[in-house]
Amino acid sequence: MKLAKEKPAGTLAGRRKGYALQRDWRTQAELLIMLWPAVALIVVFNFFPLFGLLMAFKDYDPISGIEGIFTSPWNRFENFTMIFHDFQFWPMVRNTLGINLLGSLVGIPVTLGFALLLNEIVSAKFKSLIQTVTYLPHFLSWVIYGGLFITLLNPQGGIVNYVLTELHLVDKPIQFLADPHYFWGLAITTNLLKDIGWGAILYLAAMSGIEQSLYEAAAIDGAGRFKRMRHITIPGILPTLMILIIFAVSGMLNNNFTQIYVLQNSLNMQASQVIDTYVYQIGLLQFQFDAATAIGLMKSVLALVLLVGANYASNKLTKSGLF
Amino acid sequence: MVGGKSPGERLFYLLNAAIMVVIMVVTVYPFWYALISSLNHGADLQHGPVFAWPRSFTWASWRTVLADPGLLQAAWITISRTVIVTVVSILYTAMFAYAFSRPYLKGRRWYMAIGFTSMYFSGGLIPSFMLMNWLHLYDSYWVYILPSLFSGFWNVIIFNANYKAIPDALFESAKLDGASEFAIFFRIVLPLSKPVLAALSIFTAVGIWNDYGTTLYFTQSEHLQTLQYMILKLLQTSSAVEQLSSSAALSNPSISQLLALAQGNGEITSQTIELASMVIASIPMIIMYPFAQRFFIKGVLLGSVKG
Repeated sequence: MKLAKEKPAGTLAGRRKGYALQRDWRTQAELLIMLWPAVALIVVFNFFPLFGLLMAFKDYDPISGIEGIFTSPWNRFENFTMIFHDFQFWPMVRNTLGINLLGSLVGIPVTLGFALLLNEIVSAKFKSLIQTVTYLPHFLSWVIYGGLFITLLNPQGGIVNYVLTELHLVDKPIQFLADPHYFWGLAITTNLLKDIGWGAILYLAAMSGIEQSLYEAAAIDGAGRFKRMRHITIPGILPTLMILIIFAVSGMLNNNFTQIYVLQNSLNMQASQVIDTYVYQIGLLQFQFDAATAIGLMKSVLALVLLVGANYASNKLTKSGLF
Repeated sequence: MVGGKSPGERLFYLLNAAIMVVIMVVTVYPFWYALISSLNHGADLQHGPVFAWPRSFTWASWRTVLADPGLLQAAWITISRTVIVTVVSILYTAMFAYAFSRPYLKGRRWYMAIGFTSMYFSGGLIPSFMLMNWLHLYDSYWVYILPSLFSGFWNVIIFNANYKAIPDALFESAKLDGASEFAIFFRIVLPLSKPVLAALSIFTAVGIWNDYGTTLYFTQSEHLQTLQYMILKLLQTSSAVEQLSSSAALSNPSISQLLALAQGNGEITSQTIELASMVIASIPMIIMYPFAQRFFIKGVLLGSVKG
């Protein structure tokens, strides 16, 4: 918005006329040359794979190769019924929804709270130091960040278990990674810690857009700090908050494969198998291409439905949404 | 902000600062712990963890990691793909966005349709896998490059929002002087878009540097391993050994002794090697991001406020 102000109002008269002159073939050819690398890449790497979705409704044999996508026989919804009857299906749905739902219920308020508190820091230097430091984990890969936690939580010599045992809080080391009971908490906590600083950027940006005079007027009227937060800051950032909630809802079926796969092992599988790791497992490890495609398709369709639904609800409830 | 200095206020500031310090420590400590443990004598760690500083300092693990030819190969793959993809994909995306932003481009809404479709629909893992096979990209270095050369329509939207801030008069006078579209793009648009170019380049570079999915899904040769994938393998192997030893420890202490020996008992243990390679592989990102901070804050803001 600030940038838009810098744009001078129409300086040249007859601007439309000037542009009309550029509709010549040479200009268009030049533009086309600039467009084609990206268009070609989209068509090949985004659109070609869409044909593969046919496999979801077919009895596909990986040996038949690319042609097989078109020639193999239809089997209606057999791939879907097969997945529903897999013993892994319901635990997997439970894990996916559980990790995402609890993750958002904890993550959004905590990140918002962090941003609110950070906004109250007066010293600009201290504020920017906090930001720089809390961004750090966002720039580490999940292999490394997950690996760090695997080391910290190690039952033998890991610092967390060492401290817990020394303080006599536990009798024997906790098997954080080998015990399925801890997996959801582990996934949610590591995700929160990794992105708390980064997630706060958006809130802080929205807060900086709020008129300072509102705070001054409220302070003169005798509103305390928390009243000002509640009645000025929160309403001011509501549109941003709603967009993040819409994204959270539409991503409800979408786990962070890169995170889960690092923390997953054969012992915590019953709590750590989510849709994305399941697709990888039955697709690329067991070569059930048709079933893996079916579940991937189901997930994308539901995600789109959730996105549209959440956006509709947000528009109805708060008069602000994504589109 | 208006504010007196009542005791309540002062207490709030103090508490708030304390909370912030705790959050900073919690976010950074895991990395610090890895750093000091990797610089500590391996066998010494088995008597108890280090907390703030290495107890008996040694470069041994770092030296071992840096001398490993597999790691150098992986570093080469990782660095080269990061550089190539970042440079080319940002160029292609910025160029596409420029042409797309011209109001006189013919068929503009078709490009918009293509862009939005690519954002919301994808074939998913298995169809992509088959495509890579079909194009002979599977288990080839090119699988790291070609599929990533367009950085997505979301970035086009961000570029587009930035180009709108460039005064129209600049384009018009260049056009009147007979400048070609390429000249306008390279001589006017790119130099005026440095902040967004920097921000999106950083995001792309971080994404590529940290990616291990491509290696996991689309390659199998050892010489194509990336740094992240190598560390993932290290983690998975050692956690398998640990699980074995901890379940063995319950039933038979002497077996767990043997396994502990197998994990290494000298200056270097499997744990210090793991930690050293994790720290080394994240050094480039850690050095880069504080410098780039002012750019990416601009980049994120533009994406959220204007997008």
